[in-house]
Amino acid sequence: MSELLRVEGVRKSFGDHVVLRQVDLAIEPGQCVVLIGASGSGKSTLLRCVNLLEVVDDGVITFDGRDITDPRVDGDEVRSRMGMVFQAYNLFPHLDVLGNVTLALRLVHGVGAAEARSRGLAMLERVGLAAKARARPDDLSGGQQQRVAIARALVANPRLMLLDEVTSALDPELVGEVLDLLGELKAEGVTMLLNTHEMGFAREVADEVCFLHDGRIHERGAPAQVLGDPQHERTRAFLSRIRA
Amino acid sequence: MTDRVSAPAPEHWEPSAAQRERDEWRRRRTLRSAAIAAISTLLLLGAIGGAVVSSPGWQRVRETYFDWDKAVSSFPAVLDGLWLNIRVMLVCWVLILVLSLTVAIVRTLRGPVAFPLRLLGTAYVDVFRGLPLLLVIFLLGFGGPALSLQGLPTSPLFWGGAALVLSYSAYVAEVFRAGIESIHPSQRLAGRALGLSYGQTLRHVVLPQAWRRVIPPLMNDLVSLQKDSGLIAVLGVTDAIRKAQIETALDFNYTPYVVAGVLFCCLTIPMARLTDRYARKKGYHGAGGHL
Repeated sequence: MSELLRVEGVRKSFGDHVVLRQVDLAIEPGQCVVLIGASGSGKSTLLRCVNLLEVVDDGVITFDGRDITDPRVDGDEVRSRMGMVFQAYNLFPHLDVLGNVTLALRLVHGVGAAEARSRGLAMLERVGLAAKARARPDDLSGGQQQRVAIARALVANPRLMLLDEVTSALDPELVGEVLDLLGELKAEGVTMLLNTHEMGFAREVADEVCFLHDGRIHERGAPAQVLGDPQHERTRAFLSRIRA
Repeated sequence: MTDRVSAPAPEHWEPSAAQRERDEWRRRRTLRSAAIAAISTLLLLGAIGGAVVSSPGWQRVRETYFDWDKAVSSFPAVLDGLWLNIRVMLVCWVLILVLSLTVAIVRTLRGPVAFPLRLLGTAYVDVFRGLPLLLVIFLLGFGGPALSLQGLPTSPLFWGGAALVLSYSAYVAEVFRAGIESIHPSQRLAGRALGLSYGQTLRHVVLPQAWRRVIPPLMNDLVSLQKDSGLIAVLGVTDAIRKAQIETALDFNYTPYVVAGVLFCCLTIPMARLTDRYARKKGYHGAGGHL
């Protein structure tokens, strides 16, 4: 098995509302898989299921060769090997930028204060925000905050990055700086599962695009094929709506 | 989806074998945890109870504090006194809410025009939060009637209640102020943007949200008031504690105090559970305490 992540037959409902019916997915190391679909199609729910923030109703998610949907698995340990970035950044407002980036290193990964600091600063350098290490999140622009959130998720070298609509809350002129950073991460071989409404970005960076509709992956394939020449009517309808 | 051609028939879903095995494991684990919790609780309570009952002084403790006949004979008098506590508490609580909310609103007013009011509010809170409650009760309870001011009653009950209201309002005002200031400024902006006045925004936007957040600390103060209403016994008012004291003085058996204590608990505990339920039902974020 060369896959890093395999999702098989995942089902998730909230009360009577079935969000995911039967989802199958696989990601190999270094790959970038992009989920597209209408609002409420379950893209975010799928990411949260992979991160074990939601408990699936059925199905198997295998990460790094291990079934993580087994209730005997330590969810915190699994999450410590993944990085997650949220639409609304979710930075901790009571900590400065460096404090946000080094929190998990110190508390979860047992890294000493001095090393956490140097790794945190190196990571901030990497996302171009070393000068802001002592700033409070509230004093940064949206794009800067999201880059800090990416640095926070990336600093512990996760095996997989989960990115949930990371540019949806940003002003159009700030979207570029975040997407550029993600493109660089892809080039460095970071494995990513993300959902986005930025079709141009999906076309550029994705190895595979999956169209989620009615709780299933309706269509999947290379970005040029799914976005350029969709085979299913649903996919065409969705793409024409967002291009309109 | 609004563009769905035909609603899919409610599909039948059978959990897979793996899922059934997981559910079964979770169920067993829940049962095991519950059993361990129940057994360990029983063992701990049993051990504490056994240690207390088998200790050498237990016999005397039981006679002095847990004399059943004494409890029964003193119960009507203490209960009668408690009714006074309840009335004092209810009347004082209403006055406290009004006074403290006024002080809190005054303290959150902006602008130089409101400066004297803010100063007054701050001075009031500083002084009455600093003074020990018992001191205020002595000052007003013994001093007030002695002044025999025109138009004001001289009953120690009135002056004791006034002391409670003045002291508690200072605390509760700060609870309200914390609640008001915790509402994000964007809420005020949104209210003003709709054309609501400062007062309307406060009344219809800020206070309803602030109120929800401060319900738990308000309950804290109400329960505390319930108990401190017994402090006016020092003025000679015959409330539950004073009645218990009188009963105790007959034969130096302290069971009436225990009776009064149990009655006070019987007041506060159901109220705490009721508030929790009310808060949960209303979906007040962060206000749903768990037993």
